[in-house]
Amino acid sequence: MLEFIISKYNFWFYVILMMIGLYAMLAKRNLVKKLIGMNIFQTAIILFYVSIGVKAGKVHVPIIIGGHGTHHAIKAADYLNPLPHVLMLTAIVVSIATTGVALAVLILIYRRYKTLNEDEILAIRQAGRETGA
Amino acid sequence: MAQQFPALIITIPLLAALFTVPLGTLNRRFCYPWLMFIMAAVLSMAIVICGRVITFGPISYHMGGWQPPWGIEYRIDQLNALMLVLISGAGLLGAIYSGPSFKKEIDGRQTLASSLYLLMITGLMGIVITGDLFNIFVFLEIASLSGYGLIASGGNDAPFATFRYIIMGTIGASCYLLGVGYLYISTGSLNLMDLHRLLPELYHSRVILTAGALMLVGIALKMALFPLHAWLPEAYYEAPSAVSGVAAPLYTKVAGYLMIRILYNLFDPGFFTEVFPITTILSWAAVFALLIGSIYAIAQTDLKKMLCYSVIAQVGYIVLGIALANRAGFSGAILTIINEVFTKACIFMATGAIIYRIGDSRIEHLGHLFRRMPITMLAFIVGVFSMIGIPPTCGFFSKLYLIFGCVEAGQWVFIAALLLSTILNVVYFFRVIKVACFEDPQPDYERKEPYPEITMEEAPIGLLLPVVSAAAMILITGLGSHWIMVNLITPIIPAGF
Repeated sequence: MLEFIISKYNFWFYVILMMIGLYAMLAKRNLVKKLIGMNIFQTAIILFYVSIGVKAGKVHVPIIIGGHGTHHAIKAADYLNPLPHVLMLTAIVVSIATTGVALAVLILIYRRYKTLNEDEILAIRQAGRETGA
Repeated sequence: MAQQFPALIITIPLLAALFTVPLGTLNRRFCYPWLMFIMAAVLSMAIVICGRVITFGPISYHMGGWQPPWGIEYRIDQLNALMLVLISGAGLLGAIYSGPSFKKEIDGRQTLASSLYLLMITGLMGIVITGDLFNIFVFLEIASLSGYGLIASGGNDAPFATFRYIIMGTIGASCYLLGVGYLYISTGSLNLMDLHRLLPELYHSRVILTAGALMLVGIALKMALFPLHAWLPEAYYEAPSAVSGVAAPLYTKVAGYLMIRILYNLFDPGFFTEVFPITTILSWAAVFALLIGSIYAIAQTDLKKMLCYSVIAQVGYIVLGIALANRAGFSGAILTIINEVFTKACIFMATGAIIYRIGDSRIEHLGHLFRRMPITMLAFIVGVFSMIGIPPTCGFFSKLYLIFGCVEAGQWVFIAALLLSTILNVVYFFRVIKVACFEDPQPDYERKEPYPEITMEEAPIGLLLPVVSAAAMILITGLGSHWIMVNLITPIIPAGF
């Protein structure tokens, strides 16, 4: 059991991080904390991708002509793979853009309601709806 | 030149989005004609591509000359050629609509809104055109991020609705990305066609099952499939009219396209019926979506809110058609996508035109609208008929095929649900039509006493033209549905149906 956990420790780490992020997004009432949870969630996936590219002691050339076009799946375990890292560069940019947009939206929310607590915002909106109707 | 269209159709709106900012800084009035010009160019390229696909068969375009499994492949068959035309068509209508709508609702910010609008179209077209799973994720996020920005520019509660959308949308995209990662570690490939070839040997691996489940959950979040729909009604309700008039027809349908690709092009149809019975789960979720969406729609007192819930109900039709996994159901799903794009564009834009004139869209304020805005309301009625499924419109044919699909699958419960939801459609739309035809505006409406002469005050031409063209397209696609079936849908029905 311990062997199983240790040999796949990168997967355990990413799952734990992801669940922390998910918990923050669902359970926290403060919108900034939700946003932080979202960031942790995305980072966990980036960690997962980065960790699958690296293998101890494997130094094969990553792009193998003919190693790919055959009729069965290639043995990903045999070579050091830079592609996940390159993919994650894009994913990091995406996650930064999302964070930027979310922060800008949070500023708008704060200006409108003077609070960032979800319960308080919902109460203000409910009150507004009752007086409006 | 025409060989390069698959690349140009993405790069032109992308670069144009960047050039919009200096152009708009120079003079804000340039944005509107510029937006229309770019969208017209994109639409004509999409039509050329679609024509070539119909005549010569699928196009495979290798980005930068790299061979497919390593490089990014843009693969266009009949399904994405059709989607390209739909997206750019609705995009052009929205661009024409955006002039008066942006001026009324977000005056002073047209430059940035137009730039985001082009980015949104780029993202949606990119999702559809690319054959690379990671590329799909990137375009999904381009489309979503520009959507967040556009929606947040809307009404009073728009930022809060947007924040919820951001959280849900990001969870969806991240689930999809994780699923792609699982596929990548077990096959070493990201190309859709390559994966389709590599996967069958691995169908019993649990990693592949997890990957499929994660990707489907991610897409279900993006397409607001019940019970993951909570973000949608408010976000689309708060968005400016031009944005909801394009986002509502396009986002959920592009996600529906993605679902078709993953279920039937990435995996074999047999995988889901034999190894992993996800189609059963999806079809039940769809049935609940179309009933609960319709029931919520009946409970609304605001026309635009009501339409937002009807988007959720319509997602149910698409997913039901996909999940039936037979010839008629699949055709029905694609016809529903076509029908939905034009119907939702027509109805949402007509509602936007009503808001433009009346100030809000509460149903009790719509009295005598037929005399005040006859052309808008006529187009609205065409849209409503298509939603309900009255014969010459496209909605009739899509529902007919869905029902055939249910018969073929022997699912009598689903037929009952389809018919029930049609009746619910009639209930919530005829309530609006009744008020608009026969009732005086309510006393709290701000006009003086007694009621003044009701004069015709039609929406400006920039709003009217897209509404009327969308209504015309509903009739044209309805009458031409046989041509669409033969040329576009029959060639892409997956083998094994």
